[in-house]
Amino acid sequence: MVEVKNLTKRYGNTTVVDDISFTVNTGEVLGFLGPNGAGKSTTMNMITGYISSTAGTVTVDGNEILDNPRKVKSSIGYLPEIPPLYVDMTVRKYLRFMFDLKKVKLPRDEHIDEVMRLVKISDVSERIIKHLSKGYRQRVGFAQALLGNPPVLILDEPTVGLDPKQIIEIRNLIKSLGKKHTVIFSSHVLSEISATCDRIIVISNGKIVADAKSDELSTSITGEQKLNLDIEGSQGTVLDALKVIPGVIKIRKTADLGNNVGRYIVEYKNGVDIRRDVFRSMATAGAVILNMENGNETLEDSFLKLVSEDQTREAGGVK
Amino acid sequence: MRAILKRELSSYFNSAIAYIVMAMFFGFSGYFFVGTCFVGNTSSLSPAFSNIFVIIVFLTPIIAMKTFSEEKRQHTDQALFTSPASLPRIVLGKFLGAFILYAVCCMIFVVYALIISIFTTPDWAVILCTIIGLLLLGGALIAIDVFISALTESQVIAAVVGMAVGLVAYMMSSIVSMIEVEWISNALSAIAFTNYYSTFTYGILDPSGIVFFLSVTALFLFFTVRVFERKRWS
Repeated sequence: MVEVKNLTKRYGNTTVVDDISFTVNTGEVLGFLGPNGAGKSTTMNMITGYISSTAGTVTVDGNEILDNPRKVKSSIGYLPEIPPLYVDMTVRKYLRFMFDLKKVKLPRDEHIDEVMRLVKISDVSERIIKHLSKGYRQRVGFAQALLGNPPVLILDEPTVGLDPKQIIEIRNLIKSLGKKHTVIFSSHVLSEISATCDRIIVISNGKIVADAKSDELSTSITGEQKLNLDIEGSQGTVLDALKVIPGVIKIRKTADLGNNVGRYIVEYKNGVDIRRDVFRSMATAGAVILNMENGNETLEDSFLKLVSEDQTREAGGVK
Repeated sequence: MRAILKRELSSYFNSAIAYIVMAMFFGFSGYFFVGTCFVGNTSSLSPAFSNIFVIIVFLTPIIAMKTFSEEKRQHTDQALFTSPASLPRIVLGKFLGAFILYAVCCMIFVVYALIISIFTTPDWAVILCTIIGLLLLGGALIAIDVFISALTESQVIAAVVGMAVGLVAYMMSSIVSMIEVEWISNALSAIAFTNYYSTFTYGILDPSGIVFFLSVTALFLFFTVRVFERKRWS
């Protein structure tokens, strides 16, 4: 279990990470989402003890990173944004070095072989890292993080530079590792996070702007659902008929498509489904529904909305 | 620490660095050896020993320049500093790696002494003391170079600054003679590397020299640890 409390990092007057708190339970995969420069890597560097925090604490399985750094560090496997590879070594020699450095107490060669099999780099084990492709290097970095089966895995953009097939492999690997380990991994690619994580934390300008289960994120941000409609019929009739449907909050006409057809967006309460009512009341009013689709925001939209909201707030604050 | 030391040594000896450094050291010391002992027809190695100082000033930064700057450039320091190994051990492992390569270089003087012993009995006291002096001097210079390497990402800067510092240490006794203010010249001559080192080349195992070089080594290794601690906390 990883517990982060009021974590803050300041460089001079710039606050990179601003009072972040969250808890990740064992067996949970937490996605850390944010645009570049949001403070994801800085947060991860603080959790792993690479840099210190200006304020706040990080506790891993009850041990504080500052009080007991050795214990915390040995229970974390860390893959930084740029894999820390000694490019003049062969893959096997590098992993042996990392194994010794981490003081892992497992049979060395068997364990290294097992990890190499897991991330599929056994075929390049005798090659010098310098000569490997980006995808292989990334996976060697991944292998290094897995050495010693640490209970906590922290992965900073682990799929950058991989091809689509490798991305899927790594995602599946993360998912399967998430059953036994606590995993925190960061990305600025939404689809990746939503495909892999149980929970998502969205971070922008060093602050947490959302913390939700991946499937709830979209509605938790907007608070209501939307329906996009193209309807043939006079505007007055349509609006009057839609207004009376229970659950409807707001109706907007967004475009006139000609031939008496208008485009409407209906916002309605969470947890109700108004589509049948819309159909019936339009039929009664003599209007024709030409198109009806779910207007709910995708994760992509919610993310952009969250981040841009936060940025406008920041800008307003400066003035 | 052992893991780091092993990696350091293997990276020196698996690349050209170790061999180039050794070739340079053997070449120049051989030149001094032949120049003094054979051409000058003497069994004393003292002149060769004092000449080698300036070569060491140039070689130690080359040995130590990559210790930390290369880690930073390749981002491997992240692996080191997030591993359970403690900072002092990491620094010590790095230092020992560089020092062992240097010590291997110094052992060539044993060969020269053996060559002399074919013709006559060499002055073993001088040879033994000077090799100890060489190791102490090199240790101090390498510690300074490791410290400089911890400050920069560029190996070139680390090497050039290391050489400059080494040269100043080498020239300190002549700088001292130019200064007329007594307390400054006294203070500076107390840190003149050559003063301490030359005592060893006369065959005297000087305790003040031993203490001086060991303190410089310890001090700069401590500074190196502080550099990383400070960076973590800034």
